[in-house]
Amino acid sequence: MPAEPRSDGRIVIVGASLAGLRAAETLRDEGFRGELTLVGEEPHPPYDRPPLTKQVLLGRVRADDVGLPRRRAVEAHWKLGVRASGLDPDGKKVLLANGEHLPFDRLLIATGTRARPWPDADAARLDGVFTVRTRDDASRLAERFDAGPRRVLVIGAGFTGSEIASVCRERGIEVTVAERGPAPLVGALGGALGTFAARLQRAHGVDLRCGVTVTALKGDGGRLTGAEFSDGSRIDADVAVIALGAVRNTEWLADSGLAAGPRGVACDAGCRAFDMYGIVTDDIFVAGDVARFPHPLFEYQMLSLEHWGNAVAQAEVAAHNMISAGPHRRPHLAVPVFWSSQFGLNIKSVGVPTFSDQVVLAQGSPEEGRLVAVYGYRGRVTAAVSVNRAKWLEHYRRMIETAAPFPPGPGAADGPEPAAPVPSDVPDPKVLSHGPTVALTGHLPDRRLTLVRPGG
Amino acid sequence: MSTETLFRRIADYASRADPYPLYAELREHGAVRQDDGSYLVGTYDEIAALLHDPRISSDRRRRTVPDALGPGQDDVPPAFIGLDDPEHDRLRRLAMRPFGPPHSPGRVDALRGEITRIAGELADGFADGKRIDVVDDFAYPLPVTVICRLLGVPSEDEPRFRTWSDSIVAGFDATPDEDPEQRLRSATEARRAMALYLGELAESRRGHPTGDMLSALVNDEGPEGSLNPIELMTTSVLLLIAGHETTVNLITNGVLTLLRHPDALARLRDDPALMPQAVEELLRYEPPVQMLPQRTPLADIEVSGVTIPQGAPLILVLASGNRDPLRFAEPDRFDITRPDNQHLGFGSGIHSCFGAPLARLETQIALTTLLPRLGDLRLVEDPPPYRTNQVLRGPRHLLVEAAG
Ligand SMILES: Cc1cc2nc3c(=O)[nH]c(=O)nc-3n(C[C@H](O)[C@H](O)[C@H](O)COP(=O)(O)OP(=O)(O)OC[C@H]3O[C@@H](n4cnc5c(N)ncnc54)[C@H](O)[C@@H]3O)c2cc1C
Ligand code: HEM
Repeated sequence: MPAEPRSDGRIVIVGASLAGLRAAETLRDEGFRGELTLVGEEPHPPYDRPPLTKQVLLGRVRADDVGLPRRRAVEAHWKLGVRASGLDPDGKKVLLANGEHLPFDRLLIATGTRARPWPDADAARLDGVFTVRTRDDASRLAERFDAGPRRVLVIGAGFTGSEIASVCRERGIEVTVAERGPAPLVGALGGALGTFAARLQRAHGVDLRCGVTVTALKGDGGRLTGAEFSDGSRIDADVAVIALGAVRNTEWLADSGLAAGPRGVACDAGCRAFDMYGIVTDDIFVAGDVARFPHPLFEYQMLSLEHWGNAVAQAEVAAHNMISAGPHRRPHLAVPVFWSSQFGLNIKSVGVPTFSDQVVLAQGSPEEGRLVAVYGYRGRVTAAVSVNRAKWLEHYRRMIETAAPFPPGPGAADGPEPAAPVPSDVPDPKVLSHGPTVALTGHLPDRRLTLVRPGG
Repeated sequence: MSTETLFRRIADYASRADPYPLYAELREHGAVRQDDGSYLVGTYDEIAALLHDPRISSDRRRRTVPDALGPGQDDVPPAFIGLDDPEHDRLRRLAMRPFGPPHSPGRVDALRGEITRIAGELADGFADGKRIDVVDDFAYPLPVTVICRLLGVPSEDEPRFRTWSDSIVAGFDATPDEDPEQRLRSATEARRAMALYLGELAESRRGHPTGDMLSALVNDEGPEGSLNPIELMTTSVLLLIAGHETTVNLITNGVLTLLRHPDALARLRDDPALMPQAVEELLRYEPPVQMLPQRTPLADIEVSGVTIPQGAPLILVLASGNRDPLRFAEPDRFDITRPDNQHLGFGSGIHSCFGAPLARLETQIALTTLLPRLGDLRLVEDPPPYRTNQVLRGPRHLLVEAAG
């Protein structure tokens, strides 16, 4: 018997950003006719975050001009500027911070992440200390950059921290980057490209300090004045940007009985949430940065991704499955893709570079500033990272999907002299300041993983 | 019939009006070896994979098995369409500086007004009640005028280009049975003459820029320097040929296909906003570049269970991939609102068409200009007479007259 279409009823989406919006659009596209409500803590309609640490901080685009383009009208109730504070799975209601109760037939959790704050709350309140996650954050920091600070301190050299350092140099602002790990971006790309990134930053005049932590932020009269490092050195700085990675917005689900914790909300390949016993629910779905899901290409380990493309693809699958029954549901199998632009380079990855034991240079060279590095795990290709060579990644995506043997054969037209693969040197996240933007979080859906508290 | 002769059968002029049944035969077999040692691939996924494979070269000098085009022709090095990374990448980026983003993002869009005006003037020239040749009276002059303006070639020199361009393109025409020597010699001569002309023209703009692309290419110095005189010549020849020989076929194929599909024509007339999608469908359904004849694997490569040896000529039949039922539902149906239409009409990967934004804009404007008249016209001959070339395929003439 054909499955009954589920195109009526009430759907609530919590989190009105990229994943929430794309899910809403897909629901309508695929014929959902029922009542649709989006709840978002931020007062703004959905906007795009990647430009925040790029064009917005550079002063080229205003923070209120990054609204997400709409693919279609969604005819929804928008509850913006209000936080969901709890979930009653038995009564099928979302509880809002303003006391309202929102009944639903199906729910999508898309609450994403927020910036990990500086651990010393008093120092975090100093004037001059920033994080960048929202457009309001970026707008305030851009203003501060316009005013011409003497020195900016960036704490954490993941993608966000590195992009901010790049903006500073492009604007002619002196910048110090502090990273507890051995190099920038190592948490996402491993040691070889980390070394490349370190050289790149220094060549652009960044005062890069690796293997140190910031032990204290110093203030005077409520204003930031400088920082002290674990090696005993100190600097003067009037702006500090905390780029210690992200925290998943799952606290509101603490009493929901779902498998929700610091690593996200666990779900199956069809985006259905697991409860705390590892039993899959059928009316609660998860998508975007807050999701933790098993991926067959990575041995069914649970993945948490902070990737724009993943938020879109997963939202589309979740929405489709919310209104399709049984056999018509689809798995979310997209190969992860991420990009970043910094220091004049376009860095892009496919697959999961941290799911690797070895890496080899397949095309171009670091000297040219154009290259493709390919990552392997136990003899098969699991990821590739390009620098100014993004058009080639399609080829490596296919290799990842087909578990092609690693290292890839020779013959690339712009291949270097054949070189032996080297260890990919992916560090334990514990030694990093920046959280990795991809986390492999094991096999068990119901494990409420303890928080790895890095840095600081 | 043997698949070993498939390419010869495709190249046979008798197949020109409808090569699609032969492409279907090609897809049945995946990758097929031809009796001259070259290989044909015609399925979508395999073509797309090969276009992104870094082991596939576009540089014919890397062939070890001779092909129908003969050995690498002459002393002039290839333009970037025939080079591999990193050279290809450097030259393409230098050429892009005066043409598109990130350096010149508004360049193509700024031509909209002029293209519309030229298209309007050409269409106004159609005398009432008379037969029109869509090719000579409209589809050819439009893109040629535009590319000459864009590059900065004076319009009085345009006829010389037509002669050169005809000979150069005949050189790509890899008809296997025929003796190619004479054809190749005149192609080489034409290419050299055109290169010299363009080189001199560009030199005359050095220090006296006139706002066109040639001026920008000689005068603008980017962080990576600029084109040397030889690169300048090969690049401008490439742009002129590409601008001459492809869009004409897309516009002509557009008129032909719409006249063959009155339902689609009616829909477009009701809702001209569908034009961009309709042009994408045309690029899938009747692509002007039917195949890419100049790829070569740099290592032995397996495609659909066949090993294509290093150095062998490899021909990717884009027009066949575009009709692959594994990728496109009802591939032989012309459907102007086809969803998810990632056709291969502009190629894919690092060599994907440089001029695509311009070609799209020209064709959208050209067909929109003709839309109001098309309902009253009919084809004089169907199929029309085709050019001999099976790579850059399109009607040589397309006669239409008032339906009566
Ligand atoms: C500065 C920056 C730069 C980035 N650059 C790149 C890049 O170059 N490439 C790339 O691939 N990715 C990049 N990303 C990541 C990308 O933006 C995210 O993957 C994407 O935003 C995830 O979308 P989401 O909808 O899942 O979550 P989010 O965008 O985090 O949205 C979640 C929303 O839910 C709301 N919310 C949270 N809790 C509640 C609650 N209890 N009740 C109601 N609402 C709630 C939040 O306020 C937020 O608006 C970047 C991110 C940032 C911050
Ligand atoms: C409808 C019209 C057009 C079609 C169908 C078309 C198609 C193509 C295709 C299939 C390729 C890929 C070649 C390969 O991979 O070997 C290509 C490349 C190219 N096209 Fe076009 N083209 C069109 C119009 C134009 C125009 C108007 C220009 C010039 C402004 C242009 C300039 C180029 C250039 C320079 C390349 C080489 C790109 C490279 O090697 O990186 N094309 N085109």
